[in-house]
Amino acid sequence: MARLNINGTTREIEVDPDTPLLWVLREQAGLTGSKYGCGVAQCGACTVHIDGNPVRSCVLPVSGLTAEQKITTIEGLSKDGSHPVQQAWLKLDVPQCGYCQSGMIMAAAALLQTNPKPTDADIDAHITNICRCGTYNRVREAIKQAAAGLPAKQST
Amino acid sequence: MSITTPVSRRSFLIGSASAIGGLSLGFHVPFAGAAPAKTAQEVNAWVVVQPDDTVVIRIARSEMGQGTLTGLAQLVAEELECDWSKVTTEYPTPGQNLARNRVWGNFSTGGSRGIRESHEYVRQGGAVAREMLISAAAAQWKVPANECFAANSVITHRPSNRKVTFGKVATAAASVTPPKDVALKDPKQWKIAGKPLARLDTVDKLTGKQIYGTDLQLPGMLNATVRACPHFGGKVKSFDAAAITSRKGVRKVLQIDDATLAVVADTWWQAKTAMDALPVVWDEGPNKDMSSESIAEMLKGGLEAQDAFVQTTVGDAPGTLAKAKKTISAVYAYPYQNHATMEPMNATARYTPEKCEVWVPTQNGEASLAAAAEAAGLPVEKCEVYKLHLGGGFGRRGMQDYVRQAVLIAKQMPGTPIKMIWTREEDMLHGMYHPTTQCKLTGALDDEGNLTALHMRISGQSILAAVRPQGMQGGKDPVVFQGLNLTGDEGHLGYTVPNLLIDHAMRNPAVPPGFWRGVNLNQNAVYMECFIDELAHAAGVDPLQFRRKLMKNHPKHLAVLEAVAKGIGWETPAEKGRHRGLAQIMGFGSYVAAAAEVSVTDGQLKIHRIVAATDAGHIVNPAQVERQVEGSFVYGLSAALFGECTVQGGRMVEDNFHTYQVMKMAEMPAVETHIVPSGGFWGGVGEPTIAVAAPAVLNALFAATGKRIRTLPLKKHSLA
Repeated sequence: MARLNINGTTREIEVDPDTPLLWVLREQAGLTGSKYGCGVAQCGACTVHIDGNPVRSCVLPVSGLTAEQKITTIEGLSKDGSHPVQQAWLKLDVPQCGYCQSGMIMAAAALLQTNPKPTDADIDAHITNICRCGTYNRVREAIKQAAAGLPAKQST
Repeated sequence: MSITTPVSRRSFLIGSASAIGGLSLGFHVPFAGAAPAKTAQEVNAWVVVQPDDTVVIRIARSEMGQGTLTGLAQLVAEELECDWSKVTTEYPTPGQNLARNRVWGNFSTGGSRGIRESHEYVRQGGAVAREMLISAAAAQWKVPANECFAANSVITHRPSNRKVTFGKVATAAASVTPPKDVALKDPKQWKIAGKPLARLDTVDKLTGKQIYGTDLQLPGMLNATVRACPHFGGKVKSFDAAAITSRKGVRKVLQIDDATLAVVADTWWQAKTAMDALPVVWDEGPNKDMSSESIAEMLKGGLEAQDAFVQTTVGDAPGTLAKAKKTISAVYAYPYQNHATMEPMNATARYTPEKCEVWVPTQNGEASLAAAAEAAGLPVEKCEVYKLHLGGGFGRRGMQDYVRQAVLIAKQMPGTPIKMIWTREEDMLHGMYHPTTQCKLTGALDDEGNLTALHMRISGQSILAAVRPQGMQGGKDPVVFQGLNLTGDEGHLGYTVPNLLIDHAMRNPAVPPGFWRGVNLNQNAVYMECFIDELAHAAGVDPLQFRRKLMKNHPKHLAVLEAVAKGIGWETPAEKGRHRGLAQIMGFGSYVAAAAEVSVTDGQLKIHRIVAATDAGHIVNPAQVERQVEGSFVYGLSAALFGECTVQGGRMVEDNFHTYQVMKMAEMPAVETHIVPSGGFWGGVGEPTIAVAAPAVLNALFAATGKRIRTLPLKKHSLA
């Protein structure tokens, strides 16, 4: 049994304590926005926030979490896709296949939380998620636009 | 967009999957919770109009990030004259296509063919639907149809200025006899096509709502994972199911074929951990001594062998080379690559003796249907496939091995939907790998530095021999020569060489090959474009000047090369410490080029800038073309910098991203894309640019260091 605070709601979840948070989110909590990509904390598709910090949930057993820790998934980042990072992503039409994008957005939102004006070097150092389609340059631009808080230019 | 719960998504998926004649498995949340299927009117196979004027455009090809969904919808909408803001899309099912005499044509989504192969008939689909809607309105008004026109989903009777929207006449339009051969617009008149419109499939990808195959939920569904013998050609010798059957959640442990075991459990995590704990002994099979070294040796033998398939001959290359005063020769090699889609292979299947259904991210729905029918042992009419958006494809999801596995598991548990997901390790060890080849090139230069003869001998693996033998031509695999032909859409050479011989010694190691985004254009561009650079340096001529002399008869190839040369500033000196390289090629119907600017400091390569140019003839959505070109550098440079699947003991060594490194944000250069369409033809976009990524950077690297890298990946070489 695990007691977890997911997107503002505390739940009791019947699960083996060794189960990684990712699979509890996906299979017990019904939140499939966080993705399985590698299972070894390499790709970042499973990135969620724990108390605002980006965490690769595929290698974090739920036994290591308490009900006091706030877990935020892509589904809880905003109610309606209105988080500035999601809005910048929308304006720049960032995703291609989209599979890595929940993790990218969560990583970007966490970066901006601690570093509201990241440099290119900051982005390189903190956004280490893998995208195989090749959205990196638009991810970078979207982070900067979200940081600027300015109306993003129309995507072309 | 409203947030839907998993439960409402579930009922939507099931509800729409069973709707007949109307909506198939939809993939846009606007439908969730609503019931448009009951009132939507199919005007023709491509166009469904709802009473509220929403236009649903049917898309036969698969969306895997490349934007074909949006581009194809633009082409239909352009001819339909509908309101783009009210357009949504859906996939017809392969079963419906079969039942309707393949009205939607080919479902296969590969070879950058999504748009270039279907542009004509999808535009016809839109144009015919428009004429049917106009006819229905004219009949209602009792006026001649030629006095009416459609624009923005409104039909207007010009003399009386009466107006009616598509939604009001869709039902009547459906019974109008479709006109034949409606004239299509000149692309110069396009208002929707040709424009940099935003993708239709973005919103749900920002909120976690987009349902991929791995996310699917069906009532009563169980979860499975598989493990196949990692040794190519090997089998299961023994396994101890009893060791894991009592684990929590485990429902079934089974062997589904000679080489493959499966565990079915309540959750995927339970299935995966049970599989990890399953004692298995493998029969390593006949290839257990195969290694990257033994494969390289095998291919090396082909470089000088007599048994070669000749594809391209001009003049007498061997004779000219034998007599030449100055010849230059070099041997190149390209390793195995894994597609490594971010979403691992997966499929969900439900089998009963009466019906087999599969939900799957696939690049070829019809091939998935055929694979499902074969695995189920049912007639194809009793099977159906529901396509889902792909979490990456790159050619891997054109193969159907994972569909077959899901059905074989489901067949053991009739009536229960089984969602099978591979681990990343399974995905890496059971790829359909980019084939490995070597290439020996020998060129002759005359006293003026002109290239008088070239022999290009490719040795290595044929994809067609393994996956599409019916495409072979008398034992020859023509696809091996992508980009190296004298004519044709699949890649003709941009150089005129008076004496030219290009041939292939086929050497097929026991590693399954597949179509990997860019296919054989990838290594052929490395071989040709790096060697042309070598010849230029040997002749003491600037690489751009050297190419210009050879490209006089190839204006389209030259135009994209000139565009990148201009963009990178080739004629002006680079900033101190920075060096440049060029590459061009034609393939998948399009002309592409790249210029790279790099520096090397303390043995570390930094790619500062890439300029790319693409001439795809007609451009349907320049914004999506730009994204495909940018993405091509991630895929192409990941391979060039890091990509290699190493064979040891008859199996792959690299089993996850810590050993199969791919490009990340920090390595990503700025990419400046020039779209230079010359019109008059329809080229592909998703693949060709990948091929020029590596040679442009390798040529720049030579300019920077004087080191000619001929064996990829770069990580194996010291640049210090």
